[in-house]
Amino acid sequence: MRKPSNAHAVFSAMDELDQLYQDVILDHYKHPRHKEDLNEQDVLADEENPLCGDHIRITARLHDGRLESVRFDGKGCAISQASASMMCESLHGTTPQEARAMITQVVRALKSEASFEGLPEDVQALSGVRKYALRVKCATLSWRGMERVLEKLEQ
Amino acid sequence: MTNSISSSSSFDAERIRADFPILDQRIYDDQPLVYLDNAATSQKPRAVIQALVEYYERYNANVHRALHYLGEQATAKYEETRGNVASFIGAEDAHHIVFTRGTTESINLVAYAWGRVHLGPGDVVLATGMEHHSNLVPWQIVCREQGAELKLIPVHEDGTLDMDTFHAWLDPRVKLVAVTHTSNVLGTVNPVRALADAAHRAGALVLVDAAQSVPHRPVNVTELGADVVVFSSHKMCGPTGVGVLWAREDLLASMQPFMGGGEMISRVNDDYSTWADLPYKFEAGTPNIADVIAFGAAVDYVRGLGMEHIHAHDQALTRYAMERLSAIPDVRIFGNAPERGSAVSFEVKGIHPHDLSQYVDQRGIAIRAGHLCAQPLMRRLGVTAVARASFYLYNTPTEVDALAEAVERARGFFGHG
Repeated sequence: MRKPSNAHAVFSAMDELDQLYQDVILDHYKHPRHKEDLNEQDVLADEENPLCGDHIRITARLHDGRLESVRFDGKGCAISQASASMMCESLHGTTPQEARAMITQVVRALKSEASFEGLPEDVQALSGVRKYALRVKCATLSWRGMERVLEKLEQ
Repeated sequence: MTNSISSSSSFDAERIRADFPILDQRIYDDQPLVYLDNAATSQKPRAVIQALVEYYERYNANVHRALHYLGEQATAKYEETRGNVASFIGAEDAHHIVFTRGTTESINLVAYAWGRVHLGPGDVVLATGMEHHSNLVPWQIVCREQGAELKLIPVHEDGTLDMDTFHAWLDPRVKLVAVTHTSNVLGTVNPVRALADAAHRAGALVLVDAAQSVPHRPVNVTELGADVVVFSSHKMCGPTGVGVLWAREDLLASMQPFMGGGEMISRVNDDYSTWADLPYKFEAGTPNIADVIAFGAAVDYVRGLGMEHIHAHDQALTRYAMERLSAIPDVRIFGNAPERGSAVSFEVKGIHPHDLSQYVDQRGIAIRAGHLCAQPLMRRLGVTAVARASFYLYNTPTEVDALAEAVERARGFFGHG
């Protein structure tokens, strides 16, 4: 059996994994918020990640100029599911303008083009994804979808 | 941890590893690299890397036209590989070997060069439900263009082909059967000979995607009974950018060129041209000279080890991996055909394959996760993605142990076990 020769080094590699899959992410993954089977007619965005076949559908309503009932369903990895769950939670009660600003910041922050500062605490846990270029798409999938939801709601 | 296989005296994976510089490294802070993504691409032995270097350092020149020392050297080596490949797969004549950029290009060549001439409304192309996109999408494109119909032979739960449906669908309208020799997802080795014999009786041609079989077992195109066999260099220790198209001579002769340009012509008039002889008719432009020559070194390398030995080694390792993985709770392995190759696709209930892949990667283990370029098959299996470990001549039982252990730990990490 190959044993890692340097226990400390392994700890740090595993540490990075913990950075990616922070407890709050695993919690959103295992207990997603606002995830329920959507009716076909309610679906406003249907996003697919062709890389892995991850699939997320999103819906929301506008009430008195604010978003409510932001919900999703679909299948995907821990990152995409947790990110969608956090997004639904974070965007509830925001105006479309505020939502757009947050989406832009999240997407840019995930691409290391902006800081996570000022974003909801849970969403900041996604910062570990930045190191993994291939996983950024998993994290942005639902936020990109939400842009389409907003377009439809404001039509 | 005990290993259920011992290395045979004729085949010593540990010793073979020394030929592959890339394997001798530690990644992510000192984890030994465990490379189990061989169905995607294999690593390259020093002899292949050296052949590339030697070409560029000693005799880089264009082939077939230059009347100088370097040109003659390059042409001789390039053509030597063609002969080498022909004898490796039991082809009658080196001129039946066409070099392409890869398996995908080889299939596209046939789809366009043959399909556009011979397919028409009412005709049928049969592929299978386990094809890689490369043996599916070109047929979708050409069938749509020509008004022909494409049907996918269903796949049974155990990963074998539904031969009853295949036979039921075989009628004079079927012009071509496109089938993978070994599935890159399920590992299934398809009964190509039986398929080919039946297809030929019905008047259809057979194209075999051998990308996952030629690297792992002895393949003789004559015994296989197919009309076209395609595969890639990079999955069998050779460089990327080189594919092989073997076809029966009359078929090659009857096909129009796929691409026009230099090298593929005999005479170019102002408004039309005549084509070069086989196989040059299909090799337009400057070919991938260095990589073809280094592919020759790869063929020498695997032949030197012996395809029978490689096959036995891969089979033993695959059996061991299936045994270890299936002993882990919540692991489901996809594909259990009686005859299978060395790709083992699986899922762990409750863990997305991408998360699993990321987790084991941090332990230095490279596996593949995703739809594996087989979306129709994924739908049939009822999943969006799978994880896949695939083995080759330098992998060891110790590496299988490392994978199994990492998968078990992942269950703990993501909330099971």
